[in-house]
Amino acid sequence: MVINASSLSYQALNKAVRSAGGECRIENCLGQRFIGAGLSDCRISIGGIPGNALGAYLNGASIQVDGNAQDAVGDTMNAGTIVVHGSVGDAAGYAMRGGTIYIRDDAGYRAGVHMKAYADRRPVMVIGGRAGSFLGEYQAGGIIVVLGLHPGPQPIVGNFPCTGMHGGKVFLRSACGDVLFPAQVTARPAAPEDLEEIRAELEAFGHLFGENPAELLNAPFTVVTPDSSTPYRQMYVAN
Amino acid sequence: MKSLEGQVRIPSGCAVSAVISREGRRMSGQAVIDSMKPMHDRSNGLGGGFAGYGIYPEYRDFFAFHLFFRDHNTRRTCEAFLKERFDIVLAEEIPVEKMPQITDEPLIWRYFAAPLRSALRAMQVDEREFVVRTVMRLNTEIPGAYVFSCGKNMGVFKGVGYPEEIGRFYRLETYRGYCWTAHGRYPTNTPGWWGGAHPFALLDYSVVHNGEISSYDANRRFIEMFGYQCTLQTDTEVLTYMLDYLLRRQKLSLTEAAAVTAAPFWSTIARRPPEEREVLTYLRTVFPSLLVTGPFSIILGFSGGLMALNDRLKLRSMVVAEKEDLVYIASEEAAIRAIAPDAEHLRSPMGGEPVIIRVKEGAY
Repeated sequence: MVINASSLSYQALNKAVRSAGGECRIENCLGQRFIGAGLSDCRISIGGIPGNALGAYLNGASIQVDGNAQDAVGDTMNAGTIVVHGSVGDAAGYAMRGGTIYIRDDAGYRAGVHMKAYADRRPVMVIGGRAGSFLGEYQAGGIIVVLGLHPGPQPIVGNFPCTGMHGGKVFLRSACGDVLFPAQVTARPAAPEDLEEIRAELEAFGHLFGENPAELLNAPFTVVTPDSSTPYRQMYVAN
Repeated sequence: MKSLEGQVRIPSGCAVSAVISREGRRMSGQAVIDSMKPMHDRSNGLGGGFAGYGIYPEYRDFFAFHLFFRDHNTRRTCEAFLKERFDIVLAEEIPVEKMPQITDEPLIWRYFAAPLRSALRAMQVDEREFVVRTVMRLNTEIPGAYVFSCGKNMGVFKGVGYPEEIGRFYRLETYRGYCWTAHGRYPTNTPGWWGGAHPFALLDYSVVHNGEISSYDANRRFIEMFGYQCTLQTDTEVLTYMLDYLLRRQKLSLTEAAAVTAAPFWSTIARRPPEEREVLTYLRTVFPSLLVTGPFSIILGFSGGLMALNDRLKLRSMVVAEKEDLVYIASEEAAIRAIAPDAEHLRSPMGGEPVIIRVKEGAY
């Protein structure tokens, strides 16, 4: 089913998506927020620019965007897949606790802020280009991968990556000589067994965007983890 | 009695947008109004406004004063005050289209005027400083009168309502300018009233702002030492005066003013090349009270250009795109795509990274 989003409010558009049932295609999307919010079992593909909080609280549905998406993609998503054939704005994967986000190009500031994992829930976000400052801020779990596939003058990640990180892992496809990490994390070259952890997602990324997974893996990766399970234990109170 | 900044808190977003022609081509206000439509939900109807540059070419040598008046008595008092200081060549009501969505509007007038030479000589200041002092006095001493625009060949149009309604109310489709900025308000902290809508302007500087200035009082106390009076009950006002102080009075460049208001962290400065480090250290040291903390994305308009700037942590969104001689800036990509579906070179400036666009010299 095709939904023409022209002049539809976000409420009307989301209602149309929900009543479409299993599968729908949105055309002429222009800034409507909360598309697919909370949905469990459907497939949505989007032409145009989806608004903020695309796939917020997503609970198993799959969303595909032809071009760019705005801020807070996959905010607090629980399960499912979001694929963006372009760049995303700030705070992608904000507090996501399950599911997978694939971004072909760049992510803005605060990608993966407060991402977390629980029991069998293991959120993963793969960013093909570069990420802005505060990548993985307050990350508590899950995996963020930045591939740096479109090299330019800027480093693979901006300032203050992994600030406040206390769980999960960040993989940066770079030796990261020019990246300054906070004292509470360890950044080390990834070993082959580290990369096994993200092989499936890199294969999926390659399949989605026409990249060769073997080439994606054939580069130095830096893996960042918190120093301990409680790196900020004595920062505020001595206990 | 309106509640003042700090006495009332209204929980909240905001939307900003701008379009500028590098070639100085003048376009109607309709495009920037249309760009605000996809961002409707970022505002709540308590404020909308626009600044247009190049809109008064027939009066380009005169200061264009836009004023709100409570009533006609206030207007007459204010006109007497102005006539002692200016030669007024045209006084008129700003044409508006009455509509049910816009209510309780004040009297809205404009004056094209030049400072009296005798008054300038008596005060021994240049005409721009003279205008600033006059505006500060008027806004503080004449209750019920507010100058909300006082630049040359530019004008601010603002009020209480959604931005697309305010644009129609002021019939901006009938004006033509080489640069337009726009704002949709969602007041956080302060009441929605006509004077409190954005843009805030002084001379040809105008500011639209999405965010919240945590350092408002520190900035206000500092800037009030230099004769600026914050009377409009919104944090953005202080930012406008700070930029006037830095750019006009201290003669800083736009990049330097950005490095003062959105100063990089010391840890970031420490990693810059030596020459740049020295400049940044100097600016942070000399103007510590003009550091703006809290989330902001602003667009500063001025004669012949604009500057977009995010706070150093980039706590608000902003995207920039281009198409031929036009440059678009907005809180959301959707706003740009609404009026330029095929705009190119889309990018999100980094926190504290000023985006400066200038119109070709001689074209404005």
